[in-house]
Amino acid sequence: MTKKILIVDDEPNIVISLEFLMKKEGFEIAVASDGEEALAKVASFNPDLILLDVMMPKKSGFEVCEALRADPARAGLLIVMLTAKGRDTEVAKGLAIGADAYVTKPFSTKDLAVKVKSMLGVN
Amino acid sequence: MISGWLVAALSTFYLAVLFAVARFGDARADAGKSIISANVYALSLAVYCTSWTFFGSVGRATSGGLSFLTIYIGPTLMLMCVGVILKMIRISKVYRITSIADFIASRYGKSQLLAGLVTVIAVIGVVPYIALQLKAVAASLNVLFQQSDHALLPWWLDSTLLIAAVLALFTILFGTRHLDATERHEGMVAAVAFESVVKLVAFIAVGLFVTYGMFGGLSDIFQRATESPELARLLQLDSSRAGTWTAMILLSGLAIIFLPRQFQIIVVENVDESHLKRAVWLFPLYLLLINVFVLPLALGGLLHFNGQGFNPDTFVLTLPLARGAESLALLAFIGGLSAATGMVIVETIALSTMVCNDLVMPFLLRSTWLKTEKQQDLSGLLIGIRRVAIVLILLLGYIYFRAAGEAYALVGIGLISFAAVAQFAPAMFGGMYWKQGTRAGAVSGLLAGFGIWLYTLLLPSFAKSGWIGSGFVEQGLFGIGLLKAQALFGLSGLDEISHCLWWSLFANIGCYVAVSLNSKPDAVEASQAERFVDIFRHAGRDADARLWRGNASVEALVGLLERFLGPLRARQQLAIYAQGRGAVDWHSLPADADFVHFAESELAGAIGSASARVMVASVAQEEDLGLDEVLDILDEATQVRAYSKELEVKQQALEVATAELRGANERLRELDSMKDDFISTVTHELRTPLTSIRALSEMLHEDPEMDLSDRKRFLGIIVNEAERLTRLINQILDMAKLESGRAEWTTSEVDVGNLVREAIDSLGQLFREKGVALESEIPATGPIVLADRDRLTQVMINLLSNAVKFVPGGSGRVHVRVGSDQKSVRVVVSDNGPGLTAEECNVIFEKFRQGGNTMTDKPQGTGLGLPISRQIVEFFGGNLWVESQPGAGAAFIFTVPLPAPEA
Repeated sequence: MTKKILIVDDEPNIVISLEFLMKKEGFEIAVASDGEEALAKVASFNPDLILLDVMMPKKSGFEVCEALRADPARAGLLIVMLTAKGRDTEVAKGLAIGADAYVTKPFSTKDLAVKVKSMLGVN
Repeated sequence: MISGWLVAALSTFYLAVLFAVARFGDARADAGKSIISANVYALSLAVYCTSWTFFGSVGRATSGGLSFLTIYIGPTLMLMCVGVILKMIRISKVYRITSIADFIASRYGKSQLLAGLVTVIAVIGVVPYIALQLKAVAASLNVLFQQSDHALLPWWLDSTLLIAAVLALFTILFGTRHLDATERHEGMVAAVAFESVVKLVAFIAVGLFVTYGMFGGLSDIFQRATESPELARLLQLDSSRAGTWTAMILLSGLAIIFLPRQFQIIVVENVDESHLKRAVWLFPLYLLLINVFVLPLALGGLLHFNGQGFNPDTFVLTLPLARGAESLALLAFIGGLSAATGMVIVETIALSTMVCNDLVMPFLLRSTWLKTEKQQDLSGLLIGIRRVAIVLILLLGYIYFRAAGEAYALVGIGLISFAAVAQFAPAMFGGMYWKQGTRAGAVSGLLAGFGIWLYTLLLPSFAKSGWIGSGFVEQGLFGIGLLKAQALFGLSGLDEISHCLWWSLFANIGCYVAVSLNSKPDAVEASQAERFVDIFRHAGRDADARLWRGNASVEALVGLLERFLGPLRARQQLAIYAQGRGAVDWHSLPADADFVHFAESELAGAIGSASARVMVASVAQEEDLGLDEVLDILDEATQVRAYSKELEVKQQALEVATAELRGANERLRELDSMKDDFISTVTHELRTPLTSIRALSEMLHEDPEMDLSDRKRFLGIIVNEAERLTRLINQILDMAKLESGRAEWTTSEVDVGNLVREAIDSLGQLFREKGVALESEIPATGPIVLADRDRLTQVMINLLSNAVKFVPGGSGRVHVRVGSDQKSVRVVVSDNGPGLTAEECNVIFEKFRQGGNTMTDKPQGTGLGLPISRQIVEFFGGNLWVESQPGAGAAFIFTVPLPAPEA
């Protein structure tokens, strides 16, 4: 069964590149452009993994992550935070509130693909 | 019918109560639980109100109308000078001053001569006043006994002499009960305060009785008084007597502190400086109360006894008796008695202390008799001397009463004393505030003032009594008209008291100042002057101790203390002192300067500073410090003070600087964190386009097989993002330049209308593409401002491109208007976009804060356009702001000041 990935970012061009990258790896993709839409898509699309930008309008990635982790039904959902702010405190914060991985922008497409696949147990 | 025995029994009972109060006060003081509160202190000041007030005010009001009030206005005004009295109290406490003579002598170099002189003036000056009390009590007894057939006394015994004897005995029991001479008399103060209450109650009782019992109230009395032309005169202020009023107010103002008993109560007996604050209003209130019924009593008496020749000085008694109110008359008698006894007790105690310390002791200390009795305890002798002095002073009062008393009404006698003690004022005030005042100046001032008082006031009072010839009053001394005692050098037209006061104070102050300026103080004087004038600045005894050099033995000094204080009290004080210096036992203390100073000030408390100085000098080998040396030491002390003051100032400055630094640090921290945030934001803004560029180029690079359409789309995105990155970097650099002030500006005359039109033209394509209407309202030429053309264009383009960005495509409308007033050009760019909330109106001018956060699609641009535009406009002295409401579009407005017209 194909794994499902939800891409959340407010930058359309980043969404385009991530969507293309992940589709090429054979995942099923849905996108959201802000925090609230992300939570709605999680409910409707039911993804296995979420690529979550931190700096977004309406609800930040941190808030989305916290909300998801507060929901026991979503315990198995993998969360990869994406951020353009590379400060250590942000990384620590992301991991502390329950993100499974933390990737800083700009990222290497190859590395990201490898990381996502291994997290999902796909080779 | 009042029996003599009843009066005697009542008086005895009253005195016994008084004595009990005093015993109680002393017992509480011994137990360390002083009953001297601020109220008791304030009440004890009312010892000022003697029988002269009690009987004499009414008498004075019958002849002088309202002028009796001056005697109470003066003290009220004087008490307002709290600072002066406080300084006097502080000096007296620090230097163990025992009397006003001691104060003046101590200030001018602990001079025995000056102490003796002040004592003589005080005794001679105050004796008439004591005589007055005797006269008052005697007169009141006469009034009571006129009603009685009983002859209480055998014909050979004069009742006044008996009164004097009883008062002397009473005072001795009171003031010199203790063997130790240094303590304050707390029992006496308590008794005096009690007496103040008694006399006030008695006087008000009589006042109420006369006003409401004999007449129909205050308005009735005044009504009836105004009907008689004679009495109506009393109710009017007579402006021709203004000079007299001034003199009286000055005189009584000085008397409230310089009468020996007043100095004793206000200064010496003060236990807590803060009590003075209460006295400042409570004592004037007391004076007000005791004076309320003076005029009604005077008028009532004159109306009631119309022309019957009753002595107005006894109206307080005769009015109740006239109505048969005998018990009220007895109460009034007790009130008068309390006024008299209070005054006599305190006055004679104060005077006897002065006589003992400043007249007898110096003589005894010189005599050989004292030296042969070296080992004897002399504290008993001191008490003995004081007791004898009390008896002698009262005897003198009695003699004066016999000799001159009949010539004067009560008030006249009191004012003679007031004028005498007023002579202390120049030496006292000068001593407290003027370092140049010298002993020679004080002595000559006092002698001159006292001489004139004697010649113009006391001797004429003798002459009026027929005791001496009155030629010098009527024709002038040796027949010289200019020397007429009460019109000296032709100064006539004043009443005798004013005449004496102005001449004596003139001579006194003149001599004091002139001689002081022309004489040099010796070492002791100079140091005392320094200590008195700067009392509040002398924190410790450092300078005092350093001003003594020599050799002394502890045994000799302790021997001195034991002789004059008595062994018991001497040991007590030594123990306290040793404890203060951290020693277990005084035996282990060195006989250093500090110890000598301690011994001298203890002695000063017992025998006065002048005698104490002599005694200490007699047992120690002292080195004489020259004047220069003393001045050096004092100067050094002054320098140390100045230095420590400087240190204090510096420390304060340092504290201020520290606070400022802390504030600056806080701001730096804030700036640092802002900078941190800024860098983090810049990083984010730079990384975002880079992310797309990198991801897409990596995918293009790795996948040569990619569809051509994808390939084209991705390359397009890469180009756009690269452009965005370039723009961003340019604007960040621009912003940095503007903020650091390194931007280059080329200022020239710019036609704003023209500039706006050009900006509109350059963006015309953009507006057309989005279907946004652009209207403008621009004058044909001008206005002209001084600015950088390219920078202003940058602002205009920024505002226009923001507008087109936020208005809806197709229906959007943007309006540009250029206008000007006298001071500035105003450019408005308004749109029909979504508008901004009040919060957003501020936020959008911050860096990287874009509007449109609520919109789903990410706004274009860097978030730096508006901050940069604002910097530019503000550089030219203008403003840039936005006026907007959500849903109602936004108007961005900037102004640039017009160049000032050529002057």
